[in-house]
Amino acid sequence: MSSFLEVKNLCVNFPTEDGLVKAVDNLSFSVEKGKTLGIVGESGSGKSVTSLAILGLHKGGKAQVSGQIFVGGVEVNSGSESDIRKLRGNQMAMIFQDSLTALTPFYTIGDQIVEAYQVHNKVSKADGKKHAIQMLDRVGIPEPQKRVDDYPHQFSGGMRQRAMIAMALSCNPSLLIADEPTTALDVTVQAQILELLRQLQKDFGTAIILITHDLGVVAETADDVLLMYAGKAVEYGSVRDVLQKPQHPYGWGLLTSIPRLTGDPDKKLAAIPGTPPSLISVPSGCAFHPRCSYVSTVGAACSATVPDLLPVATGAHHLVRCHLDVKNREDIFKNQVVPKL
Amino acid sequence: MSTILKVTDLTKHFAGNKHGLFGKADVIHAVDGLSFELAQGEALGLVGESGCGKSTTGRLITRLLEPTSGKIEFEDQDITHLSNNDLRPIRTQLQMIFQDPYSSLNPRHTVGTIVGTPFKISKVTPEGGVKKRVQELLEIVGLNPEHYNRYPHEFSGGQRQRIGIARALALRPKVIVADEPVSALDVSIQAQIINLMKDLQKDFGLTFIFIAHDLAVVRHFAQRVAVMYLGNIVEIADRDSLYSNPKHPYTKALLSAVPEADPDAVGARERIRLTGDVPNPINPPSGCRFRTRCWKAQEICATTPPQLLQVGKSSVACHFPE
Repeated sequence: MSSFLEVKNLCVNFPTEDGLVKAVDNLSFSVEKGKTLGIVGESGSGKSVTSLAILGLHKGGKAQVSGQIFVGGVEVNSGSESDIRKLRGNQMAMIFQDSLTALTPFYTIGDQIVEAYQVHNKVSKADGKKHAIQMLDRVGIPEPQKRVDDYPHQFSGGMRQRAMIAMALSCNPSLLIADEPTTALDVTVQAQILELLRQLQKDFGTAIILITHDLGVVAETADDVLLMYAGKAVEYGSVRDVLQKPQHPYGWGLLTSIPRLTGDPDKKLAAIPGTPPSLISVPSGCAFHPRCSYVSTVGAACSATVPDLLPVATGAHHLVRCHLDVKNREDIFKNQVVPKL
Repeated sequence: MSTILKVTDLTKHFAGNKHGLFGKADVIHAVDGLSFELAQGEALGLVGESGCGKSTTGRLITRLLEPTSGKIEFEDQDITHLSNNDLRPIRTQLQMIFQDPYSSLNPRHTVGTIVGTPFKISKVTPEGGVKKRVQELLEIVGLNPEHYNRYPHEFSGGQRQRIGIARALALRPKVIVADEPVSALDVSIQAQIINLMKDLQKDFGLTFIFIAHDLAVVRHFAQRVAVMYLGNIVEIADRDSLYSNPKHPYTKALLSAVPEADPDAVGARERIRLTGDVPNPINPPSGCRFRTRCWKAQEICATTPPQLLQVGKSSVACHFPE
């Protein structure tokens, strides 16, 4: 099956007074219909900027976007605004992190869903409202006929998130981008929303990009994982490869530093030292080298040249951007990382 | 171990919206009849979802909020209704670390001023002068003491949280209430801060109340854990009993909802899906407050509020504990 979304060599730069911010640097990935790609990284790693670029939302701004983005065969980056408008909301839609700011406080939930629906479908307001009630019912809002006339502040956080999903799905998009959809929610509600997304994906065959910093959420929902650091992909592969056999020291660090519900709670967490770099002055060579514990194994190359994103083994779909050679990597993972998990 | 802090029947009701000019205002039952003890040197975790009253509890204990009723005893002294003046010496013993490292530091003050303010307020001059002590504190929390004259915006989120910790440590307190100290931080930084607070607890014999919504984080920090739901403690137990053998249905559901970073664990675990949301604290359900979302609820749950009773090694407020 060919990929519904294909991103090739995407770069997004922001010129600022302090210098050029390279928010996304040479990023390539693809998502098939019915599959979920998890994009993982810390704040400032370029996750959200990538999603805005896919929706063509950097146009008209200061951002310099290069590379190609194919959504269902249409190139977004060079396409005209009117072409992308037809795609946006219809073929691709987005769910934002903070549902309170993403919804307009002065319009009812129903009005907001109908508006999105009417842009792409020639229907009367009454029919639009019927559709909105259907969608609210579909995402599990109780008494949708009544709640459709409520304002966002009358909904709880979890229900607002559901309403936003209903709005995003109202035109039955083939691609759904969910930017930290559950970060602001409690765990029991988060479980409900993730379950809902899974169910809807099964029913509609939507391709989903799930942006998150929570490896647990990724493990539960994603088929593929793209790990980002300082605007670059550092590891890319199936969820099993990246979470169970990670090959990049940053992935190792993330996995060993998260507190878990299993294992010895009195053992010290293996934190990654230092802080994520500023994107104005990204460290030379591998951007992770100032925080990496294995620089001495490789030598000068880490701070001198940017490693390429290469397959772990020939022909493998698991890519990693690191100077460590295969043998060292396997040794370190087996002897130093696994014991800390 | 001696008890350093004792809370009995602590209650806080906030006034909500008023209905009409002469109407009665809503009463928000934020914290309702909380009782627990804190032993010297232990770390007690308070967990629960948003709106369960965990932050309110923290603020009541540090007396940043005035309790509606109940009693707070610190080292056998009743501090529930002490005046601000009388509280001042107590406050040096009871400090707080806040959630948001951006809004909890004054952007116009240097780090030196921020960490030195507790000395000024409580009119204490530390040995060797304020500046020397502040630099010591910065060093203790892992910051460069030469950054004394820098402003908060020059630091990253994790470093700011370290500044907040240094400020809380300044007066050598006995008890620290940490309200979601790591939830605003990136994963790789979270672990650094948890490790730092654990070291401090050991080195200075501090007693902690650790408020968080993340059960895995609490497990790595607290020796005893209290689970809250709508202003009540529903279960309180030592860490191992609570995590390996949860007695309250809500604790069980919370634990099963935590996503694990292992794709193979996803199908293997029993999942309890709670439906609906936490009810409104203005009008909490009668009897057991969890009954509207509980799969075990019977008639008695709607009529009689369950008391916190000893079941095995845990204390549970449930008519049908596991």
